[in-house]
Amino acid sequence: MTELRDTVLRVEHLTMRFGGLVAVDDLSFDVARGGITALIGPNGAGKTTVFNCITGFYNASEGRLALLHGDPALWNLLDALTAGGSRSLRQGNSALFLLERMPDYLVTQQARVARTFQNIRLFPGMTVLENLMVAQHNALMVASGFTVLGILGFPSYARAERAAIEKARSWLDRIGLTARADDPAGDLPYGAQRRLEVARAMCTDPVLLCLDEPAAGLNPRESAELNALLLDIRNDFGTSILLIEHDMSVVMEISDHIVVLDYGVKIADGTPQEVRNDPAVIAAYLGVQDEEVEKAQAEVGL
Amino acid sequence: MSKKSEIAAAQSERVDLTRALRDAGLAALLAFALFLPLIGFWARNVGEGLLLVTRWDALALVVLIVAAARLFYTLVAQPWLKRQRARRTEIAPPWRTALAKWFIPFAIGFVVVYPLIAIAGAGMRGSIKWVDNFGIQILIYVMLGFGLNIVVGLAGLLDLGYVAFYAVGAYSYALLAKTFGLTFWILLPLAGVLASFWGVLLGFPVLRLRGDYLAIVTLAFGEIIRIVIVNWVDLTNGYAGITSIPRPTFFGIPFNADDNGFAAVFGLEFTPLHRTLFLYYIILGLALLTAWVTVRLRRLPVGRAWEALREDEIACRSLGINTTNTKLTAFAMGAMFAGFAGSFFAARQGFISPESFTFIESATILSIVVLGGMGSQVGVAIAAIVMIGGTEIMRELDFLKEIFGADFDPTKYRMLLFGFCMVLIMVWRPRGLIATRRPSVFLKERKTISADLVKEGHG
Repeated sequence: MTELRDTVLRVEHLTMRFGGLVAVDDLSFDVARGGITALIGPNGAGKTTVFNCITGFYNASEGRLALLHGDPALWNLLDALTAGGSRSLRQGNSALFLLERMPDYLVTQQARVARTFQNIRLFPGMTVLENLMVAQHNALMVASGFTVLGILGFPSYARAERAAIEKARSWLDRIGLTARADDPAGDLPYGAQRRLEVARAMCTDPVLLCLDEPAAGLNPRESAELNALLLDIRNDFGTSILLIEHDMSVVMEISDHIVVLDYGVKIADGTPQEVRNDPAVIAAYLGVQDEEVEKAQAEVGL
Repeated sequence: MSKKSEIAAAQSERVDLTRALRDAGLAALLAFALFLPLIGFWARNVGEGLLLVTRWDALALVVLIVAAARLFYTLVAQPWLKRQRARRTEIAPPWRTALAKWFIPFAIGFVVVYPLIAIAGAGMRGSIKWVDNFGIQILIYVMLGFGLNIVVGLAGLLDLGYVAFYAVGAYSYALLAKTFGLTFWILLPLAGVLASFWGVLLGFPVLRLRGDYLAIVTLAFGEIIRIVIVNWVDLTNGYAGITSIPRPTFFGIPFNADDNGFAAVFGLEFTPLHRTLFLYYIILGLALLTAWVTVRLRRLPVGRAWEALREDEIACRSLGINTTNTKLTAFAMGAMFAGFAGSFFAARQGFISPESFTFIESATILSIVVLGGMGSQVGVAIAAIVMIGGTEIMRELDFLKEIFGADFDPTKYRMLLFGFCMVLIMVWRPRGLIATRRPSVFLKERKTISADLVKEGHG
């Protein structure tokens, strides 16, 4: 843990058991602040399970998932927070959260971790704009005085709603869907749905954005557009990104750091350069036959 | 049309005819098998024993009717429906957009002046029936439909025990008015609060349930409330019900023939129509309030969260929406409007008993919502008019006695009409009368969303 200063999420000894099955076994890794970290591994390696633990959809069997907002000095208080019973610790604008103690909606609402899903989960019967408005639920809820002021028609809510629409619009411009803002999300082509899901997650103002196979099913052009979008998000908003991906062109091109899982165990952890040379990774992906290793090496550009 | 396509069309028509005949034959066979024991045989009491009478003529008639109806459906109704469906993708004609624009103001204007039309048409005496049985009765169900629409239509939570909250509202008003002498205008909001409290109470145990399981538990909850009312005789007087519930007054002036009654104070001739009119405008106001609040709620984050919950609950949670609170507010809101309607019902009847709060009431309200189109206010209002107005109009069809004989009672066929409406709507419009969804917010233009994309919720 040498680079603790620049860490936004710390996963320590994460274990997830389903009955007798150990889906994730004693996994530890760090997600760098303002970086793109990729979580890769063969099918069934436990990547999505890790995501579900981080975002509170599963209760981790063991381990600690700590997330930081702001001042890195707060990492020193992590053990004190763990020993105490509370979920989070705030100091000024900085805060430290123990995600494994929080229910799913609070992980997004307070710890500001947003996620997308492997099989897209938009609200198909709502318009593209409405999808982005639902993502701003908590901010608008406060502005509408928890519905009371909104029902009575206070101008503060109308202002907040206009601001929310403006924000949604800026995201639509960014993902190139402004012209389709009033169409139902279920009518969009597949690639656009993927982009919309990323934009919707970003509308929750996340500190950490978790993307579960964002490039799945995209053609090379769409996949390149997605890369550009993710780099934009990182550069313009400073949002840290954790992504699961099978598409090596995405992984190798944009990620700063790669963690490789196999059968729930971490087998490699490092820069793209380090990981692509790692024999354990190649073996995990393609078995151990020599010619296949060579083929794999050729594929990743060796 | 080219010759080739003409031939093809003629061919398909011929194929259609044989297919239709075969279809009708099958339907007749099915009807024969079904109605043979039901209509074909009639066990009659003759002294000590039973005599089996056969009624071949009646059976043949029914089978023929079924066959003819099936033939009509495949030859005429089905192609027409198909053409309709094909046309639906085209741009709406101008008269239709004009209709959509002016329908709601016109409808509201009509219900406001409806009692005057009734008086003009049927006179002071005769109009009471039209205002009370049709106006008030239908508006109660319109309001209940609007309330349930929040739970079922917007939040997508199937609630089969909605009448329980109606009962809570009614008994709250009846008991508190009789025991503490509180007035209608104090008790109306109080009944709403009590009903929504019970709504939340029901909400908690069913939070984790979905679909059929949710429906069964809400059904059970409705029955629990009714059975408690039946058995807690000390409080509710059981099956006998509560009588002489105080009627609402016009700001303290009662509607009676006394010297300080409404008619005397305003120098009018006494008629029970005054109270009926007063009640009509109260329930009209309540129904419009429910509609207005629902329209507003849909534009607020809580309303959007309800609809998002109906679309995808997991996605909601991933966006930081507290789904527990969202579901509970839906239950509470829906129950509150049922509570309002319940207290109005008690005040209007002056007498309530558990008989008014049976499961069939829940089913009626739910079918109004389903037939109207889940989430659509106009659809729900139309469905309530057809369902409740339809059953009321059955009472008016006395001329049918001249055709079918003196012991013919049209009201007995209420359920038949009910079922017939259901089948028709489900064939013609499987997602209800008005199935399209209007977006709550738009950037450039408001486009309606086709029903195929809108989810029905997980229960």
